[in-house]
Amino acid sequence: MITRDLLVEILKNVADTIKENKELLTDLDAAIGDADHGINMNKGFKTVSEKLDTVKDKDCGTILKTVAMTLISTVGGASGPLYGTAFLKASMAVNGKMELDNEDIIKMFDEAIKGIVMRGKAQRGEKTMLDALIPAYEALKGSLEKGDDLSEAFIEAADAAKEGVEYTKTIKATKGRASYLGDRSIGHQDPGATSSYLILRTVANTLNQQED
Amino acid sequence: MKKIINNPENVVNEMLEGIVKAHPQYVKRLEGLNVLVRANSPVKGKVALVSGGGSGHEPSHGGFVGEGMLDGAVAGEVFTSPTPDQIFEAIKAVDGGEGVLLVIKNYTGDVMNFQMAGELAEAEGIKVADVIINDDVAVENSTYTTGRRGIAGTVLVHKIAGAAAEKGMDLEEVKRIAEKVIANVRTMGMSLTPCTVPAVGKPGFQLGEDEMEVGLGIHGEPGTHREKVKTAAEITKDLLDKIFEDIELVEKDEVAVLVNGLGGTPLMELYIANNEVDKILKEKGIKTYKTIVGNYMTSLEMAGFSVSILKLDEELKELLDYKADTPAFKQL
Repeated sequence: MITRDLLVEILKNVADTIKENKELLTDLDAAIGDADHGINMNKGFKTVSEKLDTVKDKDCGTILKTVAMTLISTVGGASGPLYGTAFLKASMAVNGKMELDNEDIIKMFDEAIKGIVMRGKAQRGEKTMLDALIPAYEALKGSLEKGDDLSEAFIEAADAAKEGVEYTKTIKATKGRASYLGDRSIGHQDPGATSSYLILRTVANTLNQQED
Repeated sequence: MKKIINNPENVVNEMLEGIVKAHPQYVKRLEGLNVLVRANSPVKGKVALVSGGGSGHEPSHGGFVGEGMLDGAVAGEVFTSPTPDQIFEAIKAVDGGEGVLLVIKNYTGDVMNFQMAGELAEAEGIKVADVIINDDVAVENSTYTTGRRGIAGTVLVHKIAGAAAEKGMDLEEVKRIAEKVIANVRTMGMSLTPCTVPAVGKPGFQLGEDEMEVGLGIHGEPGTHREKVKTAAEITKDLLDKIFEDIELVEKDEVAVLVNGLGGTPLMELYIANNEVDKILKEKGIKTYKTIVGNYMTSLEMAGFSVSILKLDEELKELLDYKADTPAFKQL
């Protein structure tokens, strides 16, 4: 179960994680893109962190929708619409709820991925954030179905996302700006997959701190 | 970097202010936004056209806001797509009740941001459709990549789809017309010099004194190849040959020609290139119905040009001739 207050805490921690990894994400993007992923994501999540204070007493759907609209209007490039869509679809899945049970979380995650697929017209295996997110979703769902609690399930999800990031090093980009590089994109890890992994790891860490 | 600017961070804002002050009879700026709309927006009873993209391509797109062309233009940072919230505000401001057509150049960021804005507008009950322009024949088309880029042919889409909207066609029809232009227009360009994005401060690539880049995109993306500079006749022939490989043109076909400067090339050279285009088309027995020469889709101060060829039919000819009155394009 994730309460509204915990959701806000998770999102604030995500903003901190992105800030700490701003240089890493930008350097990864410089290798195969246009060197702005860390800068743009940090700009977006910094604003998210500020905006959260204005909606922290609202329902989970409203909070996530605020995150979505903030990312959409501040991040720019392709990451803004992609992450914005993900949060928007997630928010729609949990409209009006004050806390999120396991079923809500699976549904949110599923809707978020569907949103990214729709927006980016990409699939797994094209060296994008989906290569981290889809395995993570599958791991989370599998873990919850076998009876693990949510904090364990998110560790499995983050581990799967990490493997997904490693996998992006081995494949060629066929979507996004890195696709112009063709074979030259092989050997580099995808910045979008990396930021997705960092977000999931932060969720896992926050949930596990709660239990300690 | 040598530019007439104050602060690299303010170039888009200050440019938009300058455009409004130069053309108040045509455009106004939505408060607090990087959006230009017609001075009399929203125009009731017609489909509205919204385009836009990164700045640095002036007069695209704000210069084409006016009667017979666009209703709104959204300006992003230099060479960076505008965000959906800005595009959404543009859509709301120009919708006259008949719906809005988004005219998008094919870049990952532009497509996502415009389509997202379209969905936000639809959620508010505004009818929205979009078209994606991909006229650049330098980039191979493939289902496995992002696909061809949208470049100067966009101006012809603005002109013809804008006329269709002004004549009172409905959203579906205006979209059909825009798609017809896209299906029949091809562009190929070359450059002699790179350009410098103000916030970056140094040129995007390097070219030797005697070198040119053929087939590059309007943000200085790499083209098909680099070679020694040749004569206007040879360069123009190379560009047109690439276009002819991609679109079937036979004797007696009628076309519109757009010889577009990238910002740093004098009109003298554009007219010399146009003279060569005309010779080549005449040799092939292709009839030039209309010729447009000038700086329409630029790349900051880049020297170079592109040639766009649009194959016409009676419907497109009539719309091409339709009245347009905008800061950067006038058709009497």
